[in-house]
Amino acid sequence: MTDDRGDACRVLVPTGALGSGVRTDELDAGMRLSPHAIALDAGSTDSGPAALATGRSKYSRAAVKRDLTPLMAARASAAIPLLVGSCGTSGCDAAVDWTLEIVQEIAAEQGAAPRIAVLYAEQDKAVIRAKSQAGAVRSLAPERPLEDATIEACNHIVALLGPEPYIAALEAGADIVLAGRTTDTAVLAAVPLMRGAPAGPAWHAAKIAECGGLCTVNPSWPGVMMSVDAGGFVIAPLAASNRCTPDTVSAHMLYENSDPFRLVEPGGVLDVTDARYEALDDRAVRVTGSRWTPGPYTMKLEGAGGGPFQTVMLVGIEDPAVLADVDAFVARMWRALSGRVRRALGEATAERIDISLRPYGWNAVSGLAPAPGSAPPREIGLMFVATAPTQSLATEAAKVCNPTFFHLPVSDGRELPSYAFPFSPAEIERGQVFEFHLNHVVETSSPFELVRTRWVGAPAGSRIDA
Amino acid sequence: MPRLGDVCRHIRSKNAGPFWVTIDLFFDGPQSYLAWRDDPAIGATAIAELYGADAALVRRYAVDSLNVVKLSLPRRQPQGGVLERDMHSGQQYIPLLQVELGRVA
Repeated sequence: MTDDRGDACRVLVPTGALGSGVRTDELDAGMRLSPHAIALDAGSTDSGPAALATGRSKYSRAAVKRDLTPLMAARASAAIPLLVGSCGTSGCDAAVDWTLEIVQEIAAEQGAAPRIAVLYAEQDKAVIRAKSQAGAVRSLAPERPLEDATIEACNHIVALLGPEPYIAALEAGADIVLAGRTTDTAVLAAVPLMRGAPAGPAWHAAKIAECGGLCTVNPSWPGVMMSVDAGGFVIAPLAASNRCTPDTVSAHMLYENSDPFRLVEPGGVLDVTDARYEALDDRAVRVTGSRWTPGPYTMKLEGAGGGPFQTVMLVGIEDPAVLADVDAFVARMWRALSGRVRRALGEATAERIDISLRPYGWNAVSGLAPAPGSAPPREIGLMFVATAPTQSLATEAAKVCNPTFFHLPVSDGRELPSYAFPFSPAEIERGQVFEFHLNHVVETSSPFELVRTRWVGAPAGSRIDA
Repeated sequence: MPRLGDVCRHIRSKNAGPFWVTIDLFFDGPQSYLAWRDDPAIGATAIAELYGADAALVRRYAVDSLNVVKLSLPRRQPQGGVLERDMHSGQQYIPLLQVELGRVA
């Protein structure tokens, strides 16, 4: 079978992440191909634990609104659903509600009244504790025990949704589905699965399309169309000037995936070991041979919380005497700063403070010793990081270290040098350190057990909660 | 004998979730790929040693269609946190560039 407009289910994926930029020229081109849905992902753990620990979006409100506005207009004029997964980066409840409020503002501006299904994926700690006690939570590799303290350390815990709650919302009449944390693939696979597409191609197409234009020759064009039919799927960029090739498409299975052949999803495993990637023409690729093996319904858990606080300083150093032996200078500086903190703040307080020095331009990135005989750098940026239980204590440490950090000579008895501070004040309160705590999956009795659905602008017969 | 950086057209590293780093070795053609794909220098034991990981957890995949060897291993520390130096693990491939291939084990 080929990509026959008649029997394929087409999902327009306008960009790899809501807020990263939708191109309206691409969107217009894609809408002319009569997609059955617009779907995209709005979140990830990719940028680190801060989004989940704080509930705040990686992308700004203005950027998310800028992307949602044309998507909602296109959705309304074609009367097709819009699905957004992992709202507000982390997909915790606050991030979903933040996105909902933007959607409602746009709807009012467009004079529209879409029926919105909101799917919440955040989990109560007591529920996770109970699941854990019942033996329904297990660690993924690398093994991390799940203790009550681990659960307590999380500010937010989310369970990654599968496609079933999306399908239920669409079947109940949703125009827009805004969901909490979801697997990147489930939000894109939902409509093809609902319309009866085989699971292997539906999930595989979703995996390829999840980062938008990253599976194309020119990822600066963010939009792609996935067309799933009974025999496979076709992936093509939305922009006429962009191309997908068998290599760009198959290589996407490598990206950010620890396993390029198998992908565990809620309710099964996608296996692309035997997938064939063929150029359909000079810009579209057809993929066949993707397999789906149903399995127990498990949802991945993500949890993050707050740790200590940091204050940073940066000096630039071009002094050849320092650069001749950076390691010796950094070691000397660290001893001087540690002594300064102990004397100024007392031993007991000093024990609660960690001072870290990272010489950018030398070995700050790896922290490993450079090869013996490495040539001196032309300059370094020496970053000072004080980590302490409170922001004020971290800043206190930076302030007492400031004169030493600014003026320490390479050896005793020399005139005091002054290094190059770029900022005044020299110290920057960087804020809290956030940490991921969960690397687990939870078994559920059904795809809906850990999901809550709320309707805004409800269809007949549903609970109105707007 | 060549170094890995000499026989690959591209090497990259990236976080794969908060707890793993994944490294893609794009060999410069089928000849290099077939010659070096199974070299012990990019086997689980050597990679575990290079990155301070547990060899039992290092995963290695040969992707014939792309002339790629993929290596996935646990990060030293979960992404983020006090000790973080490379949030997206984007520079973690650098030590591999100098790895010598073809050395007798």
